[in-house]
Amino acid sequence: MMTTRQALGDASIASVDTPSELEEGGLGLSPTMAALKRARKHHGLKIGFGILLVMAVFALFAPWLAPHDPYLQNLSLRMLPPVWTEGGNWEYLLGTDHLGRDYLSRLIHGARISMTIGLGAASIGAVIGVTLGLIAGYFGGWIDQAVNFLVTCQLAVPSLLLIMALVFVIGQSVTVVIFVIGATHWVFYLVVTRSATLRLRELDFVAAANAMGCSKFQIAVREVLPNLVNQIMVIFTLEVAVAILNEATLSFLGLGIPSPLPSWGLMIAEGKTAMFFQPWLVILPGIALFILVIAINLLGDGVRDVTVTNRRN
Amino acid sequence: MTTASILDIQDLSVEIPTDSATLKAVRGISLDLKRGETLGIVGESGSGKSMTALAIMNLLPPSARRAAACINFDGSDLTHSGERELATKVRGQRIGMIFQEPMTSLNPVYSIGRQLTETMTLHRNVSGAEAEQRAIQLLEKVGLPDPASRLKQYPHELSGGQRQRVMIAMALMNEPELLIADEPTTALDVTIQAQILYLLQDLQKELGMSMILITHDLGVVSRSADKIAVMYAGDIVETGTAEEVLRNPQHPYTQGLLECVPGYRGNDAHRLGSIPGIVPSMTGTIRGCAFASRCPRAVDACKTDLPPRKQLGPGRTYVCHDPDATRNQATFGAEEAANEVAVELPKTPGDTVLTVDSVSCTFSVRRGLFGKRKSLKALDTVNLDIRKGEVLALVGESGCGKTTLSRTIMGLQQPDTGSVSLGQHEISTLPAGQRARMIQPIFQDPYSSLNPRKTIGDIIGRPLVVNRIGSKSEQLAKVHKMMEHVGLPRRVFNSYPDQLSGGQRQRAAIGRALIMDPEIVICDEPTSALDVSVQAQILNLLLDLRDELDLTYLFVTHDLSVVQHMADRVAVMYLGEIVECGDRSQVLSNPKHPYTSALLDSALSISPDLSVPAPGLSGEFPNPMNRPSGCPFHPRCPVAEQQCREEVPKPEIIDTTFVKCWKARTFSHQAKHQ
Repeated sequence: MMTTRQALGDASIASVDTPSELEEGGLGLSPTMAALKRARKHHGLKIGFGILLVMAVFALFAPWLAPHDPYLQNLSLRMLPPVWTEGGNWEYLLGTDHLGRDYLSRLIHGARISMTIGLGAASIGAVIGVTLGLIAGYFGGWIDQAVNFLVTCQLAVPSLLLIMALVFVIGQSVTVVIFVIGATHWVFYLVVTRSATLRLRELDFVAAANAMGCSKFQIAVREVLPNLVNQIMVIFTLEVAVAILNEATLSFLGLGIPSPLPSWGLMIAEGKTAMFFQPWLVILPGIALFILVIAINLLGDGVRDVTVTNRRN
Repeated sequence: MTTASILDIQDLSVEIPTDSATLKAVRGISLDLKRGETLGIVGESGSGKSMTALAIMNLLPPSARRAAACINFDGSDLTHSGERELATKVRGQRIGMIFQEPMTSLNPVYSIGRQLTETMTLHRNVSGAEAEQRAIQLLEKVGLPDPASRLKQYPHELSGGQRQRVMIAMALMNEPELLIADEPTTALDVTIQAQILYLLQDLQKELGMSMILITHDLGVVSRSADKIAVMYAGDIVETGTAEEVLRNPQHPYTQGLLECVPGYRGNDAHRLGSIPGIVPSMTGTIRGCAFASRCPRAVDACKTDLPPRKQLGPGRTYVCHDPDATRNQATFGAEEAANEVAVELPKTPGDTVLTVDSVSCTFSVRRGLFGKRKSLKALDTVNLDIRKGEVLALVGESGCGKTTLSRTIMGLQQPDTGSVSLGQHEISTLPAGQRARMIQPIFQDPYSSLNPRKTIGDIIGRPLVVNRIGSKSEQLAKVHKMMEHVGLPRRVFNSYPDQLSGGQRQRAAIGRALIMDPEIVICDEPTSALDVSVQAQILNLLLDLRDELDLTYLFVTHDLSVVQHMADRVAVMYLGEIVECGDRSQVLSNPKHPYTSALLDSALSISPDLSVPAPGLSGEFPNPMNRPSGCPFHPRCPVAEQQCREEVPKPEIIDTTFVKCWKARTFSHQAKHQ
């Protein structure tokens, strides 16, 4: 077997640069190789991936990359503007906040928490929503009705109230915030997954899978789910931003991240009071959030373009 | 009849710019249509026939570019008319159009009446009442019962055939001089198709219209058209009267197409001809003849020089080098095989491998959460057995329960009563994996039967993975071998389904069905979504594989020419019951049930000297929710009597043929035609 596999692999690698040869008798590129080849030509994907990589590096190595201690208060240097505006200071490139803490350092450290919460909460929401959506759409009947009832409940209860109650009961920490936000943001995933599954389960390839003896679980996960990736990706990119802002609301109410920890959402919330005279306090974390969401969007679109092929040969 | 041209097109081309290249959909064609004539435009999908129709009306997609020396419609050149003039004076007024999809070409939120009268009141100075009067007249003419009350109905209340009738009535509201019908019957059942074509033919005579009939079905065109234009790769390759083109085709492509039609070479031909290769890319300029790469007669000149248009007589042309060197060369492989196989003896019936024992299946349908439950009898005591090595065709119109029966046979649907047994085993008690190894399906639409997110290699090998058959290397070897068997090139192993042509996809679906070496394959209309040349390839492949792998087929289809070609035995279904079942030769040449006989009449073989037969069946396929009393066929039956209305017919066997009809012993198919 090894030999065939290797031969296969070799053939596909060999033909990467010589597409004309693969027309002759090769197997064509393996799906992963073909996707990688397309990825290399996809600028949006590369840019999105690059930005996310840089952000991740900053978040991971924040203690070493940040110029100052993000918690160190210097009340004599409060509300220092960024370096390019009048009164700016090269020592504090992006200025300081209302307690005189270095804004750049807080942004870099904030990336840790904001990215964790954004990606974490959006993923948890995705797992809950997609699972329920697949179950409801695939099985239908009373299961579908039960899930729909759950959605109605979720939509009827004000989510902020629910989050507050949960945080009060469980306690305050980053993990709790991630779970609580994730557990209240799954309705979009569910609605989209359910309707797409309803459509897909009628298609003949599902019937074919049935006829070859696939279990229901195999059909849902191996046949239906791969066809939902695009839709899920779109919602995911939206939900990341929603989750980060939701954390800001919670932090603003004193229910989110315990106080001195920096997060972009919290920084926006704190800056709001001074928005008229020190607008950079809101604009800078806002830009960071914007870039993060754009990068995730670019990545999501790129992954879709690269994995889907619409060219006939 | 005057001989003036109503439509004269010179040098029409359509180009559609895409991201990567410009698609030349129509390449400088010329057409001429006389008043009162019917022109059939024939060709496979992608040949540019629909684009031609849209270009005449200037209804092309916004990005498309149209160029023409002239499009003369009744003396005025449409290329010079503005959009406003076209919209108010020509489209829907003097040129009517019928589209293929009756399900989507009516607006679901407006009533039939409003949609019908709108076309008339919009541009003509007529009152609403007058328009309504005309609408009622026309609905009556197109054969809709109770036309006055239809005006208030909405499209969803009508069946497909009824909607197509409404579409025709709508196109005729303003008495157009030219009617363009783009695949008007492709989505319909054969009996409805015959009714619609008959209706069109009748109306055309009555109103003196000219008609352009666009279709891929050579049978349809042979019966309805006076003249035929054969299109290939955006060009018209052959023109002439229907008789000339179909009886004495000159262009190798026309010959090839005809060889592909089951039944064209007589009913005993075992192998259909096939056109190798695929339609060339429509982008860029084609050097030489577009058909050269697929043509068995091609010589070097065909690949480099543009073929000349040869004139044989008035209106009789073809575009081909027609090389002398290969003049008598056997074409597309149909004839020789036919002679060779003619000696094959009819197969002796094998053992029964699958028995369907009085299976009934009832669904209960409920409208809304609190609606009343209604029962729908999909299958009514069906008995059937399939014998080793045979091809059993299951024939019937849509909604007759064919699909439910095939699902029940596959064990995907539990019957309410009765049982399906496979050899010694009852199918519902078999574990899924074991069942899957014995019985596999091939579906109608190769576009939905393959998961778009999986590669072809994955798809074909998936049954092995699911059922854990063999090691990884054995599985891979099997997949490669299977791809070779079904004629897929090795390079598509890692391709996704949307990178393949329709025929290739169906080959992949066949590969997936056969990889576990099943005994029985259920083919659910495996070729009805494919072009005729591809259909021929797939039918040939299925027959070859049966001989090679010793398979048994249950062939579900509505196409009687395919049945004639493929089947050993035939079972005819109507409203969930098998009404006739027996040997192919018996059932098709001497049908005992009036329904079978009507189906046979509706099947349009290629015979240019015949016209569309008057429909033998009255009315439409009934709604299975309110089954007629007695014999379910009696409301449409030409020979029904009192007994048929009251008593359900008893099954009986008349010289080896199973039949369920009170009149079976006295009914004669031949007598009906004398």
